[in-house]
Amino acid sequence: MENENLSRQYAIRTVGLTKVYGKQITAVDNLNLSVTKGEIFSLLGPNGAGKTTTIKMLCCLTSPSSGRAAILGRDTVKDSASVKKLINLSPQETAVANHLSVSENLVLMGRVYGLDKQSAEMRATKLIKLMDLGERAKDPVRKLSGGMMRRTSIAMALISNPQVLFLDEPTQGLDPKSRKALWAIIQRLKGHKTILLTTHYLEEADFLADRLAIIDRGRLVAIGTSSELKQKLGGIQSMTLRTENLTREVYEKLKSAYPSISLSRQELVIKARKLVFDDVANILRSGGVRITWVSMHEPTLDDVYLDIIKRGSRDENA
Amino acid sequence: MKMLSLAGRNLKEIYRDPLTTSLGLGLPALLIFLFTSIGSNVPADLFTVDMLTPAVIVFSFSFVIMFSATLLVRDRHSAFLSRLLAAPLRSSDFIFAYVLPFIPFAILQILVCLIIGIFIGLSLTGAVLLSLLVMVPVALTCIGLGMILGSLFTENQVAGVGSVMIVIISLFSGAWMDLKMIGGVFRAVGYALPFAHAIDAARAIINGAAFADINSELIWVTTYMVISIIAGILAFRWKTRP
Repeated sequence: MENENLSRQYAIRTVGLTKVYGKQITAVDNLNLSVTKGEIFSLLGPNGAGKTTTIKMLCCLTSPSSGRAAILGRDTVKDSASVKKLINLSPQETAVANHLSVSENLVLMGRVYGLDKQSAEMRATKLIKLMDLGERAKDPVRKLSGGMMRRTSIAMALISNPQVLFLDEPTQGLDPKSRKALWAIIQRLKGHKTILLTTHYLEEADFLADRLAIIDRGRLVAIGTSSELKQKLGGIQSMTLRTENLTREVYEKLKSAYPSISLSRQELVIKARKLVFDDVANILRSGGVRITWVSMHEPTLDDVYLDIIKRGSRDENA
Repeated sequence: MKMLSLAGRNLKEIYRDPLTTSLGLGLPALLIFLFTSIGSNVPADLFTVDMLTPAVIVFSFSFVIMFSATLLVRDRHSAFLSRLLAAPLRSSDFIFAYVLPFIPFAILQILVCLIIGIFIGLSLTGAVLLSLLVMVPVALTCIGLGMILGSLFTENQVAGVGSVMIVIISLFSGAWMDLKMIGGVFRAVGYALPFAHAIDAARAIINGAAFADINSELIWVTTYMVISIIAGILAFRWKTRP
């Protein structure tokens, strides 16, 4: 594994990536990831799962305890200087120069990444327009709202036109309107850049990411597209029926077919990995039960995620 | 150019902060006025404008420790430094960017004190200007100390430790009291540090001493400057290593 060739066909590739703090805290444990160019890839996980540590290793901010990582084929430890020219990062905390204006912050980052003054100013102007910051471009960022600061922070990550962009919890702390606005901006980047974003907002990962990985306690527990995860890993379908004339006999018959069933005042809730309405309806009708209302609930990423995390906790306790 | 851009940003952070400018520039001016007015009522040589101006300059540099430390620690804690560390910058870019902006600030402090001193009665002679050359190593020493603090401590700790340093400089630099007259531990500690040497050297030059007469003071001050800058660089690199 140590000698494996880290191919340039991947934008991001990790092999056995591990980070241990001190002697006991394994923040990231043997992470193997491959992100193709132009993909939006999301790292999902609860707080303390190792998402930010993973990003820090990929951005050369901390070196791995073992394993390797490469950005477009360049090793993040041995070739960090080259890697840094290819990437940019919008950290979890809003990282801006407080006494500088929006445009000054952008021009600064452009210059730091080697742009000349004119190019930096031109790009800053375009990004200010893209991020809808035009009205406040000359104001010091410390006077902006949280949402605008966050948009400034992301714009600072875009000014260098990086091939690989890291967004660490980009919408954390934003109101729903600002979050949706930022999603639209990130979506526009799809195909033009490789983006690795970490989030614990499942709908964000579901909406934005081409593929996602769930990490828990530093370990990769699931990887795939949103649909793949929902199908492969479960997600539980749920059916709610309101009935008339439900008898105990019919209920017991249903329960033998679908062990995960609950009843409250003639309202049945059935949960199973695969639910077919006709099958349920046949059992009910054969017992003379009338169905007055039905609702089907497809597994969401929330269901998959919670299921996986819960399973992980159970395994750990066992 | 990257380093200059970053240094430019740091300079803006300094002069756009009203507290920094008022403490760094306003307070020394106020101190000169206050102590010379004390001196006009109390017959103490220490509070004449010739003696006071170099003392206030060195004392005002103690605030540079706080300002440089605070700038660095805020960047560390705000993730702005993480952003910069992920950028294609070299260690030297960082170090110069956090050191350079405080040099014009220190020069401005010197000029403010000088102008106020002249207004009160300081004669602008070549000696006065020469004495200011002694101040440059002291300013750099304080910048280095600021880098050490900003690299190693948290924001709250910087406030505390920085205040202690200001008190130390105040007590042991000979700015407000004659260390040679007090003697004992005060004198020993004061002359183990560079600040008393800088003030003595500047005062000696103003009173007609030749530059060659202050060699030992210059050696003390320059040695501390080199040590503190190197220590500041090492502290910064240690704390920001991947």
